[in-house]
Amino acid sequence: MNAADILSTLPELVLTVTALGLLLLEVMGKPPRARFVWVALGGVGLALGLEFAVPSEGQFYAGMISVDLFTRFFNVLFLTTAAGSLLISVPYLRRTLEERGEYYALTLFATVGMMFMAKAHDLTITFLGLELLSVSLYILVAFYRNRVRSNEAGLKYLLLGAFSTGFFLFGIALIYGSTGTTHYDGIRLAIGSGEQLSMALTVTGFGLLIIGFAFKVALVPFHMYAPDVYEGAPTPITAFVSTGPKVAGFAAFLKVIATAFAFTTQHWWGILWILAAITMTVGNITALRQDNLKRMLAFSGVAHAGYLAIAIMVGSADSAFALLFYLAAYAITTLGAFGIVSLIEGEDESGLDMDSYRGLARRSPYLAGVFALIMLSLAGFPPTAGFLGKFFIFSAAIDEGYTWLVIIAVVNSLISVYYYLRPVVAMYMQEPADESAVAVPAFIVPVLLLVVLVALGLGLFPMSLVKNSIAAAGSLF
Amino acid sequence: MYNDFAPIPIFIILSVVFIAFALFLQHLIAPAKRSALKDSPYECGEEVEGSAWVQFNIRFYVIALIFIVFEVEVVLLFPWAVVFKELGLIAFVEMVVFLGILTVGLVAVWRRGDLDWVKMVVPYGQGRYAKLAQPQDDVDH
Repeated sequence: MNAADILSTLPELVLTVTALGLLLLEVMGKPPRARFVWVALGGVGLALGLEFAVPSEGQFYAGMISVDLFTRFFNVLFLTTAAGSLLISVPYLRRTLEERGEYYALTLFATVGMMFMAKAHDLTITFLGLELLSVSLYILVAFYRNRVRSNEAGLKYLLLGAFSTGFFLFGIALIYGSTGTTHYDGIRLAIGSGEQLSMALTVTGFGLLIIGFAFKVALVPFHMYAPDVYEGAPTPITAFVSTGPKVAGFAAFLKVIATAFAFTTQHWWGILWILAAITMTVGNITALRQDNLKRMLAFSGVAHAGYLAIAIMVGSADSAFALLFYLAAYAITTLGAFGIVSLIEGEDESGLDMDSYRGLARRSPYLAGVFALIMLSLAGFPPTAGFLGKFFIFSAAIDEGYTWLVIIAVVNSLISVYYYLRPVVAMYMQEPADESAVAVPAFIVPVLLLVVLVALGLGLFPMSLVKNSIAAAGSLF
Repeated sequence: MYNDFAPIPIFIILSVVFIAFALFLQHLIAPAKRSALKDSPYECGEEVEGSAWVQFNIRFYVIALIFIVFEVEVVLLFPWAVVFKELGLIAFVEMVVFLGILTVGLVAVWRRGDLDWVKMVVPYGQGRYAKLAQPQDDVDH
């Protein structure tokens, strides 16, 4: 360890220290709890600034961590997601009288875990990041100890998550047994030079890794926990759970595939083909029947994981860029969607069904406009960022000859339009139950502005994000 | 390389055969005089009492949890201590950071009162403790 090593992980260190400080502030009880969120946001802002102020490039900590444009792209995305989720949380926590330092500290710890998943260049670090992320989220999902649903969701997430962790770890063990290393480049070298013990062992290990990742990003058939966890968790945490682990999971998945397992494509593309196809179909068709907005968005998240799995499977530089663009658009819009859901939600987890959105356009026209924009972006209508993301993924897949999978994906997109437009129809074409405007706390406004900027701004002027995504994806290949 | 593992199955088979043979021999030779006392489980020379499936106080849970955290810490300290001389100052700093993070956790737990054996959230004499508040005099008669 030397100075360069420390500089390469400076943002993560800042976040860790901030989180530890928040824990201490909570037990000291010194400043009022209302100020904790500013401490947490300050830490996130400082980390974001350091990401640009102290750029580093290359491998650090004896090759266990690699820092390049790819990791910076994801760190910016993680920190933005974390900041957005903190902002969404504040009004919700204050309304339910649960504002505590641990909440903010755990969110920051989870963010550090995500950042290490993207930065990892060694399977042990990937695993550490995954665990730091998961354990923090288990607690956050069950944060509302007095709610039965929250407890149920936390327990389900913990038990199934621990199970999938076992698969992941066993996969690492098999890969280590076969190639003699857990370093990404070392694995690639061992496979490429034929020095591994047996190809079957390596591929089995990688298959177990796929199961671990598939659970984290909720691919069918490893998605069963998602609807229950998303529904039971407090809504701001649902916003975090539906974006953070998904983005981090895909980031680590893409990095592992593009660096360590680039020479074994022929062994696993069929598995991912099937996973992508059934994930899209099951996610979209099940979402049709959901009346609860949180469950609907959960299945929509499953469906989106299916589209993203196409990009992972195709494995070209074009599809990697498309994956990054899609993830950025998906994460920010989903965050905004759950932010608005948390505003509409009433006491005791009521107000989550479609009927609560009736006539929202008359009650709060701006809020309804943003929500409609989010739904259109998730459904993939032009000129939104969601449309461009889908377009990039599908065209990358067509270029590599996966025409049938793209046909399935397009049919799925058409199906998804139905359930994405249901809340829009309710908001604009039905009479409201009461005419009172929905109160929009000041904390949520920046998140909504960001959503509009990403969904509409990047849909109309995508080149800034496109350039960054191409550069970030380029540093992998 | 697979040849290196050849002794392992041989040892497994040998150990099973050896133990089976010893048990068979003592079954043939040893006198068998069974009694109720002999069949009872060994409990450090004490008389056997009750079932092992008893309810523990939930307070042990927090203690056990914190104990495990610090036990894991010690497990990590041992390999560190073995290679300490070769790694030098950096290893020392890294371990101090690690211990510092755990100390923050300990301070948090301590200040929250989770280390107290009795953390009275319900005031004494109310709720489930209502019966305890009754005067103890009527025990005498």
